[in-house]
Amino acid sequence: MPQQPIELILARQFADSMNMAAFLVDSTGNLLFYNEAAEDILGIRFAETGSMPVESWSSIFTPSDENGNPIPPEDLPLVQTLQTQQPAHKSIYIDNKKNKRVPITITAIPIEGRPNRYLGAMALFWKSKKS
Amino acid sequence: MKATVWGCRGSLPSPGPEKDKYGGNTSCVQIEHNDTCLVLDGGSGIQRLGAALGTNYKEVHILLTHLHIDHTMGLGFFLPLYNPNLEIHIWGPATTIESLTQRLRRYFSPPLFPVRLSELPSEPVIHEISNSEFTIGSLKINSSYVCHPGPTLAYRISDGQSDIAYMPDHEVSLGSSNFPNEPEWTSGFNIANGVDLLFHDSQYKTEEYASRVGWGHSSIGDSVNFARMCKVKNLQLFHHDPMHTDDSLDALIDEYKAENMTPFKMEMCAEGSVFIL
Repeated sequence: MPQQPIELILARQFADSMNMAAFLVDSTGNLLFYNEAAEDILGIRFAETGSMPVESWSSIFTPSDENGNPIPPEDLPLVQTLQTQQPAHKSIYIDNKKNKRVPITITAIPIEGRPNRYLGAMALFWKSKKS
Repeated sequence: MKATVWGCRGSLPSPGPEKDKYGGNTSCVQIEHNDTCLVLDGGSGIQRLGAALGTNYKEVHILLTHLHIDHTMGLGFFLPLYNPNLEIHIWGPATTIESLTQRLRRYFSPPLFPVRLSELPSEPVIHEISNSEFTIGSLKINSSYVCHPGPTLAYRISDGQSDIAYMPDHEVSLGSSNFPNEPEWTSGFNIANGVDLLFHDSQYKTEEYASRVGWGHSSIGDSVNFARMCKVKNLQLFHHDPMHTDDSLDALIDEYKAENMTPFKMEMCAEGSVFIL
């Protein structure tokens, strides 16, 4: 397998070092990594999911709004960032793989390497205080 | 291909009788193939290279890994830059804002240097590159950003028969918690994978690296593990710390070889070494 760009290597290491949940994808949306804090929220270890395309991860955790209405993939912050290469932010609920409904707040940012190389995106997310 | 080492010291030129064996000049390696001449980095070693170059070549290509001073300090003393009959090309890493030409002008301007870039008789042509693939004469070059503070490239050079990787400043273990077990997530793997000859940063002893994480350099142990991962044939440990004498470098590699078997040739790189591939 070819080596990832240095910016994504360092982004993964950054995510791996943090106590806050982080989710890393490449420029086409393929999941590259999520960290231990994200595993706790998503209810499944990264080693169990491995890499997967955007079509899979955007629906596997069943995102919904506060009224329980499903949120389509294109309204998820990370998918929006992948489409626009702009930051995006939103509070949603997910039904995780341990059958828990978890309120989370997500901020997604694009990852751009020099000079002007769009490489992917990272979503940072937190459990919302409301429950 | 022929590779000649004109400087393999890191950080600071540090000549002296205690460093005669490995040399005190900073990074500079010449690659020759047919009528193509590449100069990898412009450390203090480039001064002797310039004096020895003669009239064999009509053009010379200087490939800078980055613009830290130990890799550029010799440029102003490279005689071919003052020869209007020679075509000089300087290649180096692109950054977000400032052009390579602007950054080179900082060096080629008072008070750091009396001659300005625009006054050099050879009128060098400047090329910005990033993760790039290009050809110079009969050689194919791949460049890739690697883990080191500031925009820093590593180079892979191929003549179609043999491959050389040049990675003088590279903190290889910083980007992976699982180093050296994940090539996909290891900085520089694509550049060094399977090469015949690897020049790789090995500035620190293992115990020194522990207090210098993030400074942009590797320990000898990490360099060897990287070479093993990449299945190289010959590892030249490069960018020696200016505080390390010949005796300490000899002791270091003897100790390492006594404790570790490697399936490839491994040496402390020495100024003046020549490799024919």
